[in-house]
Amino acid sequence: MVVDLSVNVGGLKLANPVMPASGTFAEGLAGVIAFDSLGAMVTKTITAELRGGNPTPRVAEVRNGMLNSIGIPSKGITYFLEQTLPFYRQFNSPLVVSISAPTMDAFAEAAALLDVDGIAAIEANISCPNIEEDGKAFAMNAVSTSQVVTRLRAATSKPIWAKLTPNTGDISSVARAAEEAGADALVVANTILAMSIDIESFRPTLGNIMGGMSGPAVKPILVRMTHQCAKAVRIPIIGCGGISTTEDAVEYMLAGATAVQVGTATFLRPKAMIEIIAGLSTFCARKGIGRVAELTGAVVELDMEMSASEALP
Amino acid sequence: MQSMLAPSVHDSSAPQGDVDDVVATVVSHQRVNAEYNLLVLAAQAPACNAVAGQFFNLECPSDGDDQPFFRRPMSTYKADPVRGEVEFLYKVTGAGTRGLATLNAGDEMRILGPLGHGFTLDPAWKNIVILGRGVGLATLAPLAELAAANGVGVTAIISARGPEQVMSVERFSALGARIETVLDSDGSSAPDNVEAVLRALHGQGYADALFTCGSNRLMLLMQRLGAELNIPGQVAMEQHMACGLGMCFCCVRNFKVGDKVDSRRVCWDGPVFDLQEALSW
Ligand SMILES: Cc1cc2nc3c(=O)[nH]c(=O)nc-3n(C[C@H](O)[C@H](O)[C@H](O)COP(=O)(O)OP(=O)(O)OC[C@H]3O[C@@H](n4cnc5c(N)ncnc54)[C@H](O)[C@@H]3O)c2cc1C
Ligand SMILES: Cc1cc2nc3c(=O)[nH]c(=O)nc-3n(C[C@H](O)[C@H](O)[C@H](O)COP(=O)(O)O)c2cc1C
Ligand code: FES
Repeated sequence: MVVDLSVNVGGLKLANPVMPASGTFAEGLAGVIAFDSLGAMVTKTITAELRGGNPTPRVAEVRNGMLNSIGIPSKGITYFLEQTLPFYRQFNSPLVVSISAPTMDAFAEAAALLDVDGIAAIEANISCPNIEEDGKAFAMNAVSTSQVVTRLRAATSKPIWAKLTPNTGDISSVARAAEEAGADALVVANTILAMSIDIESFRPTLGNIMGGMSGPAVKPILVRMTHQCAKAVRIPIIGCGGISTTEDAVEYMLAGATAVQVGTATFLRPKAMIEIIAGLSTFCARKGIGRVAELTGAVVELDMEMSASEALP
Repeated sequence: MQSMLAPSVHDSSAPQGDVDDVVATVVSHQRVNAEYNLLVLAAQAPACNAVAGQFFNLECPSDGDDQPFFRRPMSTYKADPVRGEVEFLYKVTGAGTRGLATLNAGDEMRILGPLGHGFTLDPAWKNIVILGRGVGLATLAPLAELAAANGVGVTAIISARGPEQVMSVERFSALGARIETVLDSDGSSAPDNVEAVLRALHGQGYADALFTCGSNRLMLLMQRLGAELNIPGQVAMEQHMACGLGMCFCCVRNFKVGDKVDSRRVCWDGPVFDLQEALSW
């Protein structure tokens, strides 16, 4: 059985639903996997200005996951356009460029600079500190999400993917705000704010004290958020968080994701994305599913009332 | 071979040669002394084509409470394309290496590599000095082989806590290297003495270039002497790593380039760097 793996993410047709998560993918991986096999390529977040990133140690392991406080070291957008973009232009998979900025205006300016050939979409990493809001991430509340996405929408004709943060109390309203402001898709989501301490040295394990948690341990939390967002909006959702196997990717799609991003798993198994793409064909064929897109949102909702009354004595 | 330590070594798009994530089989696994183990793996190309100074990202088995999440970076102690083997000399320090220590002949493990930029030799050099301590010697041993293959004379200064920790002497002497052992136990490893040894070697024409790995103190000493006596050098550095492929930017260190400080990824831009550009670690 030939399975159609293609999906449509807000008008952008991808050959398959699997792509890297920002910050876990770069040129070096091209030595190990074929980039043209990926549904899309997603860059590490870049900023217009030069940035150094955080102090080391920048990563620490926890059970079934990791913490990182890389920060966003960036050589700037001009460097990206001149030095990095030509590398990615060798490949046919669509290139998604992740951007960030400390203010709304700077965000819009960054997006405008990237309105060039060879870039298929802009992923707005609105999970980083917004200096106009005392360092709270834009995506921590619906109002700043709406404002920043509105500016981005006006600044570029490229599709905009808004990458949300799980570090908010109400991700559904943030998702709705992004949709209403003109986002073409949502990435759900970035890392979960976390901390760990080395009990021998009494020191935090990260130089930056706190960092973002990712890897298998975060998956159930982000599957839940993907599901909540899928219920709240009509634009496609790209699920992200702890995906390392085909089964994980299927779970996100059932929860409502149209596509998935694989992050930390690539550090442990550089071919993870390729294995997941192959696995999706095998899975769909086994289930008699002709198009992988049929998985999106196909979770069977339990009938809560009936289960509750059946549980009564 | 790569060319001399040219600026292109630090270009983010510099090619690394063939890299792959392959399943390797344990050929043998032995204790070398109380702390170090020698792991010999059968692995086809590109793994067995690793050159001196390159490393691998090893998937370490879980064992009870030890559940290493990341892979662990480990230098190639020897790579033999003819036998299809690659060797690692490692010290058991924590969860990852304790997991490694559980491997038996016949077991399989994934290894990603060869990674990074190794040592380079300038054809003008007739004699080099290698100064290493602890696992630093694992990284430097293949350099001695590279030198011997290129007709370059080697003096290996092996620094250790005591006689029991001295390793790799046979590897170096089999290549005809001159060996000086300096120990903490008899005080001969003190910086003043090592400096005197280095100055003497330079005086005798044995130090056209300096190489080191494994000790910040020894690196600073070599750096100072290299600058004073105008001897080029290279240092292999370490940093915590996650991906090994230049993607995560967790393995950065600062380097001085002219009067600027440049942050570089140890896995991608190194692990071997120009001795004079390295900053204390
Ligand atoms: C390029 C390179 C080559 C290396 N070559 C060798 C070698 O040939 N032989 C050898 O014995 N060791 C070598 N090391 C050091 C080796 O990677 C660490 O000793 C090992 O990661 C320790 O892991 P662990 O789980 O046993 O210890 P833990 O202390 O439990 O490790 C916890 C975390 O710290 C990291 N870490 C701990 N020590 C180091 C270190 N010195 N450098 C980098 N990360 C560290 C681990 O990777 C892990 O993420 C090398 C390191 C690098 C970067
Ligand atoms: C080392 C590292 C660096 C990251 N850098 C970025 C980044 O620059 N921009 C961004 O939007 N997300 C970044 N992320 C978050 C990932 O894109 C992803 O959202 C997160 O890791 C969850 O997915 P995972 O569990 O599959 O890794 C980074 C994650 C890691 C582990
Ligand atoms: S270990 Fe990931 S960039 Fe070096």
